[in-house]
Amino acid sequence: MLKEITLGQYFPGNSVLHKMDPRMKIIMLTAFIVFIFCTKNFYSLALMFLAVICVIMFSGVSMRLYLKSLKAIIYIVLFTSILNLFYGTGKPIWSFWRLSVTQEGINTAIFVSARIIAMVLVSSSLTYTTTPTDLTDGIERLLKPLSVFKIQVHEIAMMMTIALRFIPTLLEETDKIMSAQKARGADFESGNFFSRIKALIPILIPLFVSAFRRAYELAMAMESRCYHGGDGRTRMKVLKYSKYDLAAVLVSCAVFIGVIVCNIYFPKTLRIGM
Amino acid sequence: MSLLEVKNVSFTYGAGTAFAKKAVDGVSLNIEKGDFIGIIGHTGSGKSTLIQTLNGLIKPDEGEIILDGKNIWSEPKKIRKVRFKVGMVFQYPEYQLFEETAEKDIAYGPKNMGLSDDEISERVKSAAKFVGLKPELLKKSPFELSGGEKRRVAIAGVIAMEPDILILDEPCAGLDPNGRDVLLAQIKAYHRQKENTVLLVSHSMEDISRIADKILVMNKSKVFAFDSTRSVFEKGEELEKIGLQIPQVTKILLELKRRGYPVSTDIYSVEKAAEEIMKLKPKRSQLLKEG
Repeated sequence: MLKEITLGQYFPGNSVLHKMDPRMKIIMLTAFIVFIFCTKNFYSLALMFLAVICVIMFSGVSMRLYLKSLKAIIYIVLFTSILNLFYGTGKPIWSFWRLSVTQEGINTAIFVSARIIAMVLVSSSLTYTTTPTDLTDGIERLLKPLSVFKIQVHEIAMMMTIALRFIPTLLEETDKIMSAQKARGADFESGNFFSRIKALIPILIPLFVSAFRRAYELAMAMESRCYHGGDGRTRMKVLKYSKYDLAAVLVSCAVFIGVIVCNIYFPKTLRIGM
Repeated sequence: MSLLEVKNVSFTYGAGTAFAKKAVDGVSLNIEKGDFIGIIGHTGSGKSTLIQTLNGLIKPDEGEIILDGKNIWSEPKKIRKVRFKVGMVFQYPEYQLFEETAEKDIAYGPKNMGLSDDEISERVKSAAKFVGLKPELLKKSPFELSGGEKRRVAIAGVIAMEPDILILDEPCAGLDPNGRDVLLAQIKAYHRQKENTVLLVSHSMEDISRIADKILVMNKSKVFAFDSTRSVFEKGEELEKIGLQIPQVTKILLELKRRGYPVSTDIYSVEKAAEEIMKLKPKRSQLLKEG
């Protein structure tokens, strides 16, 4: 059950996206998300969607895995789009009790769900093609300027690396503890809400205990290898921009210009500025 | 009728993906009441998966598990009842402790069975006795106990359910040699007193040969051998071929036999082996005659 989570997982490969510098990928991801939310009509939205699909094709990871990552957010998409369906103003197309659906509501619903889906897809393309270590390396380098304000960038990045590293370990541990308690007759599937919450205690307590134990052991191991934070620490792999990064920037900029042009030349679909 | 019948059971992890791995492949076994079975095999030979199918933690893709003449999956809603009958102690079971006191933790299983308070405290006491936990330790938090004591609490938690079949996955892993000897002796004593069925998974041929009556050897997801301890060790050479360590004394006898000495090779205790080797010595009377 827990093994089916693909959000935030790395899949090894040799694609263009895999070869890009993590810093550039993070910057591009941010830019993509900004532009996804800047689309003002269906033309620019379609253009952005097309760009996202191209990114997926270039990632060399199968479409099925992307669809799997969408499965995790399907309820959020449904919830927001249904909510938006009834929030439009104008002439109602269909109404029931106090609720009414308008053309504007339909447009907003489509827009909002398309934006969320595009955002999740493009974010997945980053985590699917970047190892957690590369990702945190990239974040660390990008946040470096903040150390002027006495923010401990290296420590933050290290915490993220460790957290990501231990997700699968803890998932595995949860699975094991669940089996062990099930073998003692624990029942997670039946009963009302409160008895189900209570049934989680025999899992959560051992899980916390083992997380603390692991944290303690890891701290010991790091200390005995003389880890002392980021000061004066050199890297084995120094990040370098390559021709792929340049190409990505150029292509993306062209897409972004396209979006702006579409926004200006075609009428706005959305009245509200979201 | 056997107590537990395993009929042609197969299970594949991650079926339908690129990582699919067949962990158990067409396994059939009959387990009788009162058996003490040692299960041995390499890491990844499917022994852990197999034992998890026996109490319904894993539902086999093919085949059936028949307990007391009834398929355990015939009523999936009642699978919990099966888990009370087939008790399972996982590897490093001390990591599953969670209650405030050792006593309450042992009582978790019996409580889930819906027993009365009197019955529960009775069972907790007797289970603690079986694993040699001192009564004063029962009031302590399980997290204050030593590693060995924690493990005893966890094992007692399963024994307290009084299962017909008790399965232990590497109960001695990580214990010191003395601790493992004591624990194995306690498990054996428990088996004798309760006259129930015990399945014990272990990496150590020596441990298994000492306490099990039958041995199940798993190799590459299949049953390699399932027979009395004596007959399994007769095939010592075959076991060595699949890379399993046989007890050292058996190895010595095998080597002697290979060099032409008339010894039997189905011996796995040091005392018996010594006797067997002593037989090779020419009789005193013979020596006198020749001398």
